[in-house]
Formats: sequence, structure tokens, C-alpha cells
Amino acid sequence: MAYTKRLDGRKNNELRPMEAKASVVPNADGSASFKIGKTWAIAAVYGPREIFPRFLANPKTGIIRCHYSMMPFSGSGERIRPGRSRRAQEISMVMENALNPVVDLRAFPNTVVDIFIELPQTDAGTRCAAISAAAIALADAGIPMTDMVSSIAVGQVDGTVVVDLMYNEEAYPAIVSDVPVAMLHNTKEITLLQMDGEISREDLMKALEMAKDATELVYQEQMRALQEKFTKTE
Amino acid sequence: MIINQEQIRELAAQGKRLDGRELQEYRSPIKVDLNISWTAEGSSQVQIGETVVMAGVKLSLEKPYNDTPDEGGIMINSELTPLSSSEYESGPPGIKSIELARVIDRGIREAKAIDMKKLCITPGEKAWFVTVDIITINDAGNLFDTAGIAVLAALKTAHYPVVNSETGAINYKEKTDQSLPLTKEPVSVTVYKVNGKFLVDPTIQEEKSADARLTIASDKKGTISAIQKGGDAPLSLEETDAMIQIALEKATYLRKELNKFVN
Repeated sequence: MAYTKRLDGRKNNELRPMEAKASVVPNADGSASFKIGKTWAIAAVYGPREIFPRFLANPKTGIIRCHYSMMPFSGSGERIRPGRSRRAQEISMVMENALNPVVDLRAFPNTVVDIFIELPQTDAGTRCAAISAAAIALADAGIPMTDMVSSIAVGQVDGTVVVDLMYNEEAYPAIVSDVPVAMLHNTKEITLLQMDGEISREDLMKALEMAKDATELVYQEQMRALQEKFTKTE
Repeated sequence: MIINQEQIRELAAQGKRLDGRELQEYRSPIKVDLNISWTAEGSSQVQIGETVVMAGVKLSLEKPYNDTPDEGGIMINSELTPLSSSEYESGPPGIKSIELARVIDRGIREAKAIDMKKLCITPGEKAWFVTVDIITINDAGNLFDTAGIAVLAALKTAHYPVVNSETGAINYKEKTDQSLPLTKEPVSVTVYKVNGKFLVDPTIQEEKSADARLTIASDKKGTISAIQKGGDAPLSLEETDAMIQIALEKATYLRKELNKFVN
């Protein structure tokens, strides 16, 4: 039984409804909220500022540091214990790798730009939402950037290649694969690529091809949020 | 030490504030969003001025404690996230976070706001345990009162998840229409003493300029269920009484504001 109709009736290349907003945390230097379906990420940027511990300082450039965190009530099962899990630490690291290529902090040596991400509710695709929110927050903070980073998950559910998998698709009782991708808008280069499950090489390339269009839609929503903030008339 | 501490204190003595508010006036807007998180059994986001706090309720089935075999339990935890202020860091909760959670916990627990016996399913074996997490989104002052309302709103909107009658497993994805056995609705108000005057709903700068504070949780009838004195300046009996008087009045105001959004 092939996966011909998606559980929520979306087309294979259709994303869940998105809603992005810039400047949602007044205390931060830049911030954003990014919702996609029932996954919600809030990102706040602080910096460039002094870095502690000091040995992390790079005299040639500022660095970015990501802190990904799911709120204790944001999982679809039991409460999640607060504190940084191994999963959260790994996601924080791949987020840094995904965002690093576009930020240019050479004008701020020995500093850090901290990016904090909190997720109030989740339904798969959390690292992608976190990256998309973080990129808006960085731009909102006025951090020099050479490109925009937009992220979405693609994958395969029982032989059908789809974009933006939700939890029930990741948990579909068949062969499934989940491929979170982050892409740069101008160059279409990949800055995040992970995969779990099973997928053929052909399907993977097809999925990545679909990610191009999908991340472009994310990009449009990110830009809409930024433009909305900077064209405020009040 | 903050730059305009002296100005804040001088203004307070004249009954004035930096942002032009009356001493005993809350910031506006006071805004409550309910069920902001579909994964929580109940949740809320509360905004007072620029301070924003989320609260989420999770329920679990556990063995009751030995000394209360026919009761469930409640735990309130708070995370002062580094997302919400440059003054907070990642890592285990600091004393500010611990105090916040404990004071709000006492307000709810000691008022017996939740009927713990009704949380019990099988005495000595199985009972519902309620965990409420407070997450700060933007700390612009007065976390105590903001978090207190957020917790109450989250508890009020909470619904039990469906339990499989055969296996006893909880299906967190489906909620019943049954809500928590909430018998009272304690609201906490924190009154600050600044240079001999009393004010409520401080900004961060006002918090840092204060001599002492008193957090008072009270229910609809004005019964007090928890008190916490903060700051190291002493309070006379008369001052304490005056602060309690303000807290009870403002609790009525906050409860009215909350009820604009809840049922």
C-alpha cells in the first residue's frame, strides 16, 4: 500500500502554513518567531558581546553560538526534563554550521553572537524551524549577512517523496526517511544536511531538488516578516 | 547598580515613576493567550507591559507518595531562559528561578487550589501528577505576578489526556473534556517598597532600586495562602499591613483582567 495521499491532504510539495514574525523579544538585539504547522520556534539574538569562557575568543572574528531548547511541555508525549540533552546539543552544533557560512563577524573580533531558541510546541521539523527563525533573528539584529538561510525537511514516506514531514508522517508504519535541509537563497548551497531512515539515491536527489523550491517558500515568508518589521509606520 | 537608581528613588518619594505611571498602577496591556501549545495539557502566554511569560501543564500518572497514598501531586518549575534577558545564562536554575517557582508553588499548594484527592485514581498505586513549567520569553520586570497569572491560566485551561482503559497508557495526543479539580484561584501580587513608598508592577530598573518586596498570594475571598518577603530592608508591622492591603486590592484587579480572557 503506497503512500499516495498525505495524512493531512497536502500535495507532496506543499508546506504546512507558515507564519513568521520579527522582533518578538524586546530585550534581545534581534528576535523572531517562526511557525510551520504546529511546530513553533522562537529565536533571540544577543550580541556581538564579550565571550565567556575567554579561551573561545577568536582574535580574527566574532563567532556564533546556538542554544536549542525544547520547552518541557513542547513534546507530543511526556514532559521533557529541562536542561540540555545530547540531542539539543547536537542540534545546536548543526545549527551553528548551517548559519555560519552567511554571517560575517570579522568586524567584531573576540566577540560572540548568542542565538537562543525555545520551542513552545512541536510537530516534527524543529531544527528546520529553529534555523529559519534564527536566520530572521540574525537579520533583525543587524548582523552582517551575505545570504539568507532557509530550512525545511524533505523525505520519503513509503516510496513517496514529500516535503515538510509532520510527526505522523515520520512515524508512519512503513519505510520512512527524514532529511532536514538548510539552503542558501542566492547560491542554493546546502548548509544543513542530515538523514535518518531509508532512502534510495534517486529519491534523495529528487527530495533535495524539491527542497530548492520548498526553502524558497520559507525564504519568502522570512523576508515578508523582515519587511513587515522594517516598514512599520507607527 | 543601575544608572538611574537615584532618580527612580527620588521620583518614588514624590509618588512618581519614570514611565509616568501611578505608583499602584499596572502596565498595559495585560494580555492572556490560552492554549498556546497543543502539546501541553493546558498552556498560556501572559503579557504585562513588555514582560512575557509562558506556562505549560503536563500530566502524568505516578505512584502516590507514601505519606499521602490517596493524593496526587503538583510541581511548579521555572526556567529563566537566556532568550528572555541578557542577565540569564544557560545551565541549572539559579536562586532567582528557584525562588520564583517555589513562591508560586506555595501560593497554589497551600491554598489547596487543586483538590489533590480528586487526582488519585487508585490509592497507593496511581494518581495524576501535575507539572507546570514557567518559561520566560521577555523579562521586563515583575515576573512574580506575570508568572502567577500564567500558571493559573494554564491550570484553568488544562484537560486530562485520554487513558487507555486496558493498558493504562496515556494518549497525550487526545484530550478528554474533563478539566483539573481547581477549587480556588490564588493570584499573587508583589508590592515593592522604594524609598518609603509602595509600588506594584515594577520595571527591571525599579526592581533593582527597591529596598524590599512582599509577594502575597490570595484567593477570591481575600484569604492569604503564601507570603514571601524579598530584599534586605526591614518592614515595620504598619508597612507590612499596608502592603498586604495593596496586594489584596490589586489581586482583585488582576483576577478581573484574567477573567476577561478565561471563560
